[in-house]
Amino acid sequence: MTNLVEIEDLKVHFPIRRGLFVDRVVGHVYAVDGVDLSIRRGETYGLVGESGCGKSTLGRGLLRLTEPTGGRMVFDGTDLATLKGEDLRRMRRRMQMVFQDPLSSLDPRQSVESILVEGIRVHGLDKGVDLGKTLRDLLTSVGLPHGSLRKYPHEFSGGQRQRIGIARALAVRPDLIVADEPVSALDVSVQAQVINLLEDLQGEFGLTYLVIAHDLAVVRHIADRVGVMYLGGIVEEAPAHELYTDPLHPYTRALLSAVPVPDPVVEDRRERILLTGDLPSPAAPPAGCRFHTRCPWKQATRCDTERPRLRAVESGHKVACHYAEQIRSGELRPHSVEPELVPELVLDP
Amino acid sequence: MALLDVTDLSVVFRRRGEEPFTAVDKVSFSVEPGQTVGLVGESGCGKSVTSLAIMGLLPKRGNQVTGSVRYEGTELLSLSPDQMRARRGKDLGMVFQDPLSSLNPVIPIGIQVTEVLEKHRGMPRRKAMIEAEDLLNRVGIPDPRRRLTEYPHQLSGGMRQRALIAIALACRPRVLIADEPTTALDVTIQAQILALLKELVTDTGTALIMITHDLGVVAGLCDQVNVLYGGRVVERAGRHELFELPRHPYTHGLLASIPRLDLEGDRLVPIPGSVADNIPWDGGCAFAPRCANQIADCTARTPELTGDQQRLLLCHNPMEVAVR
Amino acid sequence: MTEMLTGRKERIDRLAGDASVGRSLWSEAFRRMRRSPVAITGAVLVAAFLLLAAFAPLIAPHSATERFPQLLQDLRADHIPGAQPGFPLGSDQLGHDLFSRLLLASQQTLLVAVAATVFGMAVGMLIGGTAGALGGWVDNVLMRLVDVLLSFPSLLLAISIAALFSQGSQWTVIIAVSTVAVPVFARLLRGSMLAQRHSEYVLAARATGVKPAAIVFRHMLPNSLGPVLVQATLTLAISILEAAALSYLGLGDPNPDRAEWGLMLANAQRYFDVSPQLSFYPAIAIIVVALGFTLLGESMREALDPKNRR
Repeated sequence: MTNLVEIEDLKVHFPIRRGLFVDRVVGHVYAVDGVDLSIRRGETYGLVGESGCGKSTLGRGLLRLTEPTGGRMVFDGTDLATLKGEDLRRMRRRMQMVFQDPLSSLDPRQSVESILVEGIRVHGLDKGVDLGKTLRDLLTSVGLPHGSLRKYPHEFSGGQRQRIGIARALAVRPDLIVADEPVSALDVSVQAQVINLLEDLQGEFGLTYLVIAHDLAVVRHIADRVGVMYLGGIVEEAPAHELYTDPLHPYTRALLSAVPVPDPVVEDRRERILLTGDLPSPAAPPAGCRFHTRCPWKQATRCDTERPRLRAVESGHKVACHYAEQIRSGELRPHSVEPELVPELVLDP
Repeated sequence: MALLDVTDLSVVFRRRGEEPFTAVDKVSFSVEPGQTVGLVGESGCGKSVTSLAIMGLLPKRGNQVTGSVRYEGTELLSLSPDQMRARRGKDLGMVFQDPLSSLNPVIPIGIQVTEVLEKHRGMPRRKAMIEAEDLLNRVGIPDPRRRLTEYPHQLSGGMRQRALIAIALACRPRVLIADEPTTALDVTIQAQILALLKELVTDTGTALIMITHDLGVVAGLCDQVNVLYGGRVVERAGRHELFELPRHPYTHGLLASIPRLDLEGDRLVPIPGSVADNIPWDGGCAFAPRCANQIADCTARTPELTGDQQRLLLCHNPMEVAVR
Repeated sequence: MTEMLTGRKERIDRLAGDASVGRSLWSEAFRRMRRSPVAITGAVLVAAFLLLAAFAPLIAPHSATERFPQLLQDLRADHIPGAQPGFPLGSDQLGHDLFSRLLLASQQTLLVAVAATVFGMAVGMLIGGTAGALGGWVDNVLMRLVDVLLSFPSLLLAISIAALFSQGSQWTVIIAVSTVAVPVFARLLRGSMLAQRHSEYVLAARATGVKPAAIVFRHMLPNSLGPVLVQATLTLAISILEAAALSYLGLGDPNPDRAEWGLMLANAQRYFDVSPQLSFYPAIAIIVVALGFTLLGESMREALDPKNRR
């Protein structure tokens, strides 16, 4: 399998400006800070992480909707970073996006038809084809009735709107779809419909997905490989099944243990790794390993001075932790984190 | 007699120029001290309206609240607004989903906590300050003395939710209603908040009413679970019984449609349609149009709530098989 | 809470056979306005005003400038003839038929209000639209200019502009009033377009590869027009009041024969003790028409607000 997307050392830094008359750059938000990532043709790559970890920025950076600060992004042999103007616009046909909130990502004043036609026209895909049939086929693919064409986004339910958003992405026959939290705004009973739809479409159109989500269960279900992000960097990457059964990075472990499982038997048995404190500011990320301030496995050496590189521990399983092997073997045990960050939880009656 | 007894609570929205709309339809449940009761459902199922009705926070205009809400035998629905105001905070506390919009943005956290202490517990300012610091400490806010002087926007989402819980706890309410308290938070922070709530219930005997859409949260936290659909309780059972064998097709469908973190994924079985695709309860079951287990009765007759202490069910044709 | 309930509300609509098929936001807003008593009141007032203005020459028994000898005979400094056969509201201080003048003045008022609003809106939208579409330094420069205009109290600005012209005329008034409206429209459209710029559907259009100009005209502009339309309606009301104020202050066309409500009000001032109705009628006309436009504008604002969508 060849790689459709190759990202090397991608950086997206947002300047923080302040000043009365002239804006001075007083610092940067290191939203994405040195990410290596490759996505194989036809696979689903899941990117998980909590809010502020930079996963959405990574997706937008890849699509050049946000300008990367540095690094290389190669899409099917073309270096995206050097594309400009018309070339970039043409390239956009091949990489589409599905948004989190289907209502706000659909122009409220356009009918479904004009929403779908827009991309087709822009890329000249309407020449010599039966546009009506193309549109009807699109609607069929995403499971919407043909009568939807004349309707407006606000006349649909959340799940149907997301189907429109997916149809819009499909309309230009892309190779890659970046889906940023595609189901998190939907009702639980509807999420499964959209997840199944995404899976069906992948088979039908040979799509490659980058699915960005905070819901680890959804990502485990849909993704072939999963990358876990923390504070602008990928801390672990593995095939989905392996990541969930054998998490190596302390953050991945904490994250997985925090997700509630809808099964009381499992819940009662589970041991939670409760992280203390909050995510540090991405404008002032900790030195060394970015997770060391909250890590229950933090060691006296290296962790706070040397930023761990993402390295392969096994074939296909990469982790950015100096002590991954020792943690896995049980040689290193978790400890409580800095007493001043762990306030006593004594509740009097 | 339970600590809080909700019987046949109904809320009808009557807005000018619109059909009356029954948001909550004869909902009954009760909570004991030290017990956690869950109200689960998707958007529009009436779970939040139920909590607002219990707290007496629904505007009088346009909302008709009927039924009974008894706190230690006192009927709350017949109290005057002033009497109810005195009870809120003191007897019944509430934590909302969005901590930012429930905190006053221009007043430091400390004042917001001490205010409650001064008003409801009649503490002098100095003593209230000490107590507030202690409260923040208890809910796990590091460096509480400094936090007291900070404004809500200076705190992270998790810290804000903790501050909100601290305010709710300030008067030591015996019933705490948490309306989606972790929905706006990340999972690692959610785990911290849920652990905090759990400790609160076991250590202080607070009765907790947990309102959520997340079945995972319910599975770990609630002793008893009420599943709501279309404004009615469609199934009630203890958490073990409910998750082991969900009888109502809606509960069953929900569990079949969510991917599991701890299991290899088969294809999900969605519930068809959306929450908008239901029919009114009169003359049938609201869930019938989406139900996989539908029989002729479902669109002909309104189902009645049947069952016992172990399980209540509002269904003509309940499920007999486990989800997985 | 309303959001939570939309789901089931939709269902009720569907069951009630409400064919909510293919209804754009504009037509939804229109439907809501048709049900609002405030909107209907405003619309009736505005429609009545427009009809009166259109048919004023046919309805008015006399011309605006004709002076009638039989009225002039009775006209003294301490007496102005009241209603009498043929003159339903009596005379004004110059011996014109007051009723005819009131009617015919509506045309003047309409002309000034519409012209001022259209000019103000056109220039304002050009400035605001450019700033909002281009952003960056263009936006900065244009908006600082607008800030300068906005920093003057509006009536003072109008007076200064009107005073620049040596000879007052109704065009003086139109230019002055429209200048006051320019920054309002510019700020409004720019703000609303900047908001669109960061909206997800604009991002989606960029991701699709839509050309920047098409994004501005297809997505950003149409979605910004709602508030502009509301403002235009309100500006009509404000223009009527401002134009009346300028005329009242003597900054418009000073010809006393000209029928214009503000001018009529100004000239009637001296006779207030003798004939208060001379002030009363034009004042009522101004208030009622301005109220009509305001009610219409406010109800439009409400109807277009997506938060009120049901």
